[in-house]
Amino acid sequence: MFFSPVLMHIPDSFLSVPVSVVCWVITALALAVAVSKTNQALGEKQIPLMGVMAAFIFAAQMINFPILGGTSGHLLGGALAAIMLGPWAGMLVMTAVIAVQALLFQDGGMTVMGANILNMGLVTATIGYGIYRSTSNQPKPIKLFAAGVAAWLSVVAGATLSSFEIWLSGNAELKVILPAMLIVHALIGLGEATITVAALSFIMRMRPDLLDADSEAVKGGRGWIFVGVLTSLGVILLSPFASSNPDGLTRVAMNLGLISQSRPAPSALFSNYAIPFLGKTPFSTIGAGIIGTLVVGAIIFLIGRGMKAKS
Amino acid sequence: MHFNAFDRYLEKESFLHRLDPRVKATATIIFIVSNVLLPDGAWVAFALSWSLLIAANALSKLGIEYTFKRSLIALPFALIAVTTLFSIHGKPLLSFFFLAWNFTVTDAGLLRFSSILIRSWLSVQMAILLVAVTRFPDLVHALEHLRVPAILTAIIAFLYRYLFVLTDEVYRLLRARESRSASVAGHKSGGSLLWRARVAGNLAGQLFLRSYERSDRVYHAMVSRGYAGRLYTLNPHEMKSSDYFAAAFIVAVIFILQIIGRL
Repeated sequence: MFFSPVLMHIPDSFLSVPVSVVCWVITALALAVAVSKTNQALGEKQIPLMGVMAAFIFAAQMINFPILGGTSGHLLGGALAAIMLGPWAGMLVMTAVIAVQALLFQDGGMTVMGANILNMGLVTATIGYGIYRSTSNQPKPIKLFAAGVAAWLSVVAGATLSSFEIWLSGNAELKVILPAMLIVHALIGLGEATITVAALSFIMRMRPDLLDADSEAVKGGRGWIFVGVLTSLGVILLSPFASSNPDGLTRVAMNLGLISQSRPAPSALFSNYAIPFLGKTPFSTIGAGIIGTLVVGAIIFLIGRGMKAKS
Repeated sequence: MHFNAFDRYLEKESFLHRLDPRVKATATIIFIVSNVLLPDGAWVAFALSWSLLIAANALSKLGIEYTFKRSLIALPFALIAVTTLFSIHGKPLLSFFFLAWNFTVTDAGLLRFSSILIRSWLSVQMAILLVAVTRFPDLVHALEHLRVPAILTAIIAFLYRYLFVLTDEVYRLLRARESRSASVAGHKSGGSLLWRARVAGNLAGQLFLRSYERSDRVYHAMVSRGYAGRLYTLNPHEMKSSDYFAAAFIVAVIFILQIIGRL
């Protein structure tokens, strides 16, 4: 029916056992903290609130809007969930959504669910909330702008991480999968950003109490700004660096035991082929990444201005 | 909307339907992990794995080809793995130009690609079978017994329970958008892309507020019925001796399968 698969749902057997296990460990640790934090903040109310909110994210993913031809944009919801409910509750809500997608609809595998939760739940909630939180005392347009940037970044960061996981599993060449995933999800992220901003500005008009300073303090402290900005910077700066110079990362991965020594170094494989849209030096690609982010930021800013002028 | 529009459960009287949900969930996970652990090109073990799957299909009385038919929907996902064809170093089999790239298919790449496809195809089918022979609430209880945090399983149970309600809500919102979006033949209808995205965003915001307020009402209704932070079930979910035997049998079979795969 409406259910539209997203490229980021990694199926079973696409990740190697060590990568799956590492992702499960990270995810399990984060979720353990999230469970105890939401328990403190919400108490017995957390089950009905987060349960219905998880159903909301699931249902909201059915709201689509036509883009071109038969394609349509729709929401992933990680950033929106984190902004509205706080990062810890947002993580739990997204985890429930991803678990049901895997269990009931076979959208994403079970052994790789740790990785899927990490990419689409934990990272999106962290970046989404962190970037948005940095503008907590600012006027509304700046908050909306930050929410748009946060939503776009969360999708792109999730896609970047999943490319890294597939590459570390030895199932794709980073120079191929990373640009492909980035380009597709930079576009998907624009849809995510506009829907998130519009939804948020609607909620700000209707129920401003849900987003005022008091309720924001309950959701998560200012430390999230640091974590969110650091996570997005890490992912964004790492990806062009790694795609033009994967040797360093390969060595790190080998030292950690993620890649077996017998595997040929990935960088040797495509060295004879020039890939046009990747620069020659890491600095040029980092520069390209930053410029790209700024351009998208400017577009979202202008969109936000346009929306405010109309409303 | 009918309450079971999302349900994948198919009522039948069979051994698999009667089996304890814990055993079914664990067996499915063991089966999938076993597929992932099998080395590339372990064709005999893959074939055995497939026959296990067919046997499970037959035991479920849903028909031998039931999961095969359903798995075709999940196949497009496998296309992500196409890049492995070109990524693995090995003897070149086929080389061609596409746009600016020179693609070379290697024998090692082909081996990895077909192994990944088979593994994920077998895994998806067993997952399809699991939800076809297990009621979703039972599956959620099984997860709780398997030490998934109670809060997480409770959220999943709620998600499942209210998905139908909120889907109805989405249908109403979308129907309202349809009826507002009349168009005259020969004239351009609808606003700019940005305007359409904004309308969709307003729907999402509206849906959020309706869900949020509904969760409040649900909570108060639960509290007035004596809710104190825990969900109870009347289903005892006790393991019978046949369940233990089935679990032991599955573990043994998978163990043998792994040994054969490594010979």
